[in-house]
Amino acid sequence: MKHAFLDHHSQTESPIHHLDARAKIIVFFTFILIGVSSPPTAFLLFSLLAMALIGIAFLARLPLGHLLKKVLVILPFLFMVTISIPFMKKDALGGGYNLGLGGLSISQSGFWILWNVVIKSCLGVFSIILLSSTTSFPQLIRGMEKLGSPKIFTMLTSFMYRYSFILIDEMYRMRRARDSRCFGRRWFWQTQVIGHMIGTLFLRSFFRGERVYLAMLSRGYHGTMPETTGGRFGFGEVLFLFLSPLLLFLRIYLG
Amino acid sequence: MTSNKVVEIDHLSYQYPDGTPALIDIDLEVYQQESIAILGPNGAGKSTLLYHLNGTLMGAGTVMILGIPVEKKNLKEIRRRVGLVFQSPEDQLFCPTVFDDVAFGPLNMELDEDKVRQRVEKALEMMGLKGFEGRSAHHLSEGEKKRVALATVLSMDSEILALDEPTDNLDPAGSRMLIGRIQSIPQTKIIVTHHLPVAVDLCERAILLYGGRKIEDLPVGELLKDRALLERFGFDADYAQWMYERNVKFQSPSS
Repeated sequence: MKHAFLDHHSQTESPIHHLDARAKIIVFFTFILIGVSSPPTAFLLFSLLAMALIGIAFLARLPLGHLLKKVLVILPFLFMVTISIPFMKKDALGGGYNLGLGGLSISQSGFWILWNVVIKSCLGVFSIILLSSTTSFPQLIRGMEKLGSPKIFTMLTSFMYRYSFILIDEMYRMRRARDSRCFGRRWFWQTQVIGHMIGTLFLRSFFRGERVYLAMLSRGYHGTMPETTGGRFGFGEVLFLFLSPLLLFLRIYLG
Repeated sequence: MTSNKVVEIDHLSYQYPDGTPALIDIDLEVYQQESIAILGPNGAGKSTLLYHLNGTLMGAGTVMILGIPVEKKNLKEIRRRVGLVFQSPEDQLFCPTVFDDVAFGPLNMELDEDKVRQRVEKALEMMGLKGFEGRSAHHLSEGEKKRVALATVLSMDSEILALDEPTDNLDPAGSRMLIGRIQSIPQTKIIVTHHLPVAVDLCERAILLYGGRKIEDLPVGELLKDRALLERFGFDADYAQWMYERNVKFQSPSS
């Protein structure tokens, strides 16, 4: 069956794709940290960050339209969180504009907060999307593991990645089976069926977990995942990592 | 045939936790480099018997692998020697990439990095999967998954391979391809199947199970000629006859 891959474009050939995952994780997280920690008025810094990210996307031969479309996915969430901020009365002292809409007023500092949230989340999400579009999921996990992320966390994530697709497949199959035997029954009846499906999925996953554990034991598993091998840190990685202190410098100088 | 016993099962019985008997008083001997088929209908106890070979299940009676009794304290050693491939490759393959999965066993055996790489490379080559190292299991076809599942135990260099329904869910071409690959493996093989042609192509001896009991233990050539036995187990006796006449391995004077 076909899935929407989590790491779409991660198999593209480019200098950025070839870098070790560790370097990319560090640099993209610096982008996020610098972005988040800057004051909302640091327009120059924000534009430099955005330009740098677009530059990396260009180097990585990723279609910009696709990346921007992915950034747009966060808009509904952003909207939900921020919609009320400009109307917060508390900041009316900072200079409010009364729109005369039943006593609603928009505050200037509320707007700053809104801008702050929007620009920072867009930059943050863009960084993460770049990271996941240039690094395959297994490499990402391995990189995090090498950077000292707790083993139990990386292990759980890798199992989740491996089995989420199987679970989705199973769900699709069940839905098909349901649809082919269901002829326009009432909505209420459907919710009951969905409940059964979730229960069945849980049971199947539970038993699969048991079988996977047996398969692990059969190949000598004794409680700890073996150390993964591989990974290299060359000139390219060091060069790319240099972006981190550069960003930090810009943050101090421009922020 | 050498008289080196690699598997020795003596009066083995097993009940499921709910009390249902799954295996009743099984005796079995397997010799070095022999290939045997365990045949029988669904629910006959074929897989249950297979799971006793590496201590995944432990019943009453004794199971000896290369002279070592299958007991809790020997499990590590036993699992090194018996490579068990589960029926569903989705259970067998739990790592993010093919490489990680094939390396899982050797890494648990605490081999050094170069050795692990060599083992993985060799196992993948034997299964015709060169260049698949970085792929994720969910991007593979069913046939490829089955071959990777086999590679995961080949890399452990076990003396005995226990395969549960290796050709299950495969199309005829995939099935033939896999059978060809299994034929090239020199180790002792114990293959659970309900496809007679798989037994004919891969094995010299057949064990027939029914309701948890061993009914017959005979050369595959003799099984193909025994119409009454074949019909009792639901096999097509005419097809068996045809396979017998067509197959050169049964036409030599010794069989």
